[in-house]
Amino acid sequence: MSAARHSTARSIAAHAILATYTLIALFPVFVIVVNSMKSRRAIFSDPLALPTRETFDLVGYRTVLAQGDFLLYFQNSMIVTVVSLVFVLLFGAMAAFALSEYRFRGNLLMGLYLALGIMIPIRLGTVAILQMMVASGLVNTLTALILVYTAQGLPLAVFILSEFMRGVSDDLKNAGRIDGLSEYTIFFRLVLPLVRPAMATVAVFTMIPIWNDLWFPLILAPSEATKTITLGSQVFIGQFVTNWNAVLAALAMAIVPVLVLYLIFSRQLIRGITAGAVK
Amino acid sequence: MAERKPFRWHVLVFLAPAVLVYTAIMIVPLIGTLNLSLYGRAGGERVWVGLQNFATLFGDPRWSGAFWNALGNNAWFFLVHMLLQNPVGILLAALLSSPRLRMAAFYRTAIFIPTILSFVIVGFVWKLILSPIWGIAPSMLDAVGLRSLFAPWLGREEYALTTLALISVWQFVGIPMMLIYAALLSIPDEVIEAAEIDGITGWSQFWTIKLPLILPAIGIISILTFVGNFNAFDLIYVSQGALAGPNFATDILGTFLYRTFFGFQLQLGDPHMGATIATAMFGIILLGVCIYLFAIQTRLRRYQF
Repeated sequence: MSAARHSTARSIAAHAILATYTLIALFPVFVIVVNSMKSRRAIFSDPLALPTRETFDLVGYRTVLAQGDFLLYFQNSMIVTVVSLVFVLLFGAMAAFALSEYRFRGNLLMGLYLALGIMIPIRLGTVAILQMMVASGLVNTLTALILVYTAQGLPLAVFILSEFMRGVSDDLKNAGRIDGLSEYTIFFRLVLPLVRPAMATVAVFTMIPIWNDLWFPLILAPSEATKTITLGSQVFIGQFVTNWNAVLAALAMAIVPVLVLYLIFSRQLIRGITAGAVK
Repeated sequence: MAERKPFRWHVLVFLAPAVLVYTAIMIVPLIGTLNLSLYGRAGGERVWVGLQNFATLFGDPRWSGAFWNALGNNAWFFLVHMLLQNPVGILLAALLSSPRLRMAAFYRTAIFIPTILSFVIVGFVWKLILSPIWGIAPSMLDAVGLRSLFAPWLGREEYALTTLALISVWQFVGIPMMLIYAALLSIPDEVIEAAEIDGITGWSQFWTIKLPLILPAIGIISILTFVGNFNAFDLIYVSQGALAGPNFATDILGTFLYRTFFGFQLQLGDPHMGATIATAMFGIILLGVCIYLFAIQTRLRRYQF
């Protein structure tokens, strides 16, 4: 039996495939980041080379930062993403708690109603959403985007979080009730801390589409003051199509925040998914 | 029984914010959009036209050609995803979950990274890589002696849609990988040990033991892919523009809806036809979800451990 050798060969093969795919996955990011730090001539003459002492040049970053708008777009994206995320997590967790903890008439129906939105994309309601936002004067405000993204994120959040909250021990909650804690205290103090991995899973799956969305910023908030970074870089590419340094630097910078947020949450992500999201 | 108890206000307080926001911003506009598709405009007035808009969409040659083209393209877009994204995702997840694999966390994070990138970045960088002018792809193919295979894939009518579908698969393969990985991890050790005692190991263990256990996860991924694909817009818009060039070869329902609703170049935006297309998309997605729920989900055996 050559089980040991066999398994070494298998593990080498596994590493080879995974490493190859990792290269494929990261290659375009590498192209953007590397070239954003090179002089214009080097971008064209040797796009795959790392920047050397001669070709290293941060002119792209200087151009983008000098433009000023870019920082505003960043700020807009940050505000929209973080505020929507807070609302989705808070409202989602509250509704999930109500659905999983209390028996009341229409409980199941309410769960189904809220879950509908997982399958039916909110984008299909755009025509009426725009009319509504125009009527209420919310067009070209960040509020419009925050409202839409909160609604968009809630169904999945409620679904995942209520699966988790069913797993929280009843003894704990009942002990809290015997000690005279109110339902609100039980929710905020006892249950919320226990479902943190699930919250991280929800946060990742909520945050990424919000940060990257192009459709609603394009339709609901295309003004200069409310552009998000995604819409902003889209416009930037159009305007500065000849200024490659600037475009590449802008894109490289647009990757950073969502990458940082992802890395913060990702540790809990697998634990969260494993513990019940797909079951 | 319940009526005799005091009214539990906290249930209402917990539910109200989510239900209100969701109903006001999602359900009401959705119904509003469906409703709007039954109206038309005549001399500046909004008039009830019943199913007239749908007759126009499916029957009028000015509309139906574009609609069926977009629908066909969308179906192909989805098919490429199903044929590639799920098998690749399963393969990667199976490899990642092999016991005692070093650096699994690194691979997992790296392969998931394209998923978190915005379409703007993805569209731009792939246009750059595939561009015949800048030429990373041609020179890379040159390096392995396959220069002759290169073509401006995004610019040719016959390749453009498939190329975009492949880019989309590249971007989103992390999601099936992650979900299937999680599903594989949640298979209890006893099941695997029992299989090993029976002498079922390696790939045959994967095919006979693990795959049936992760079928529900694959089902969920498939339906999420379906919904995502038939609702896609961004990638086509950022890489080929609202006109979904070349010559509408990459036009899908999302870009068709955008053009109709907002107008482009000489065509004026038309909220009623836009709503009609949105309703058609709603119908298609609903049909897919129902087929999934009734035909697939109910037949999948749920394993309780």
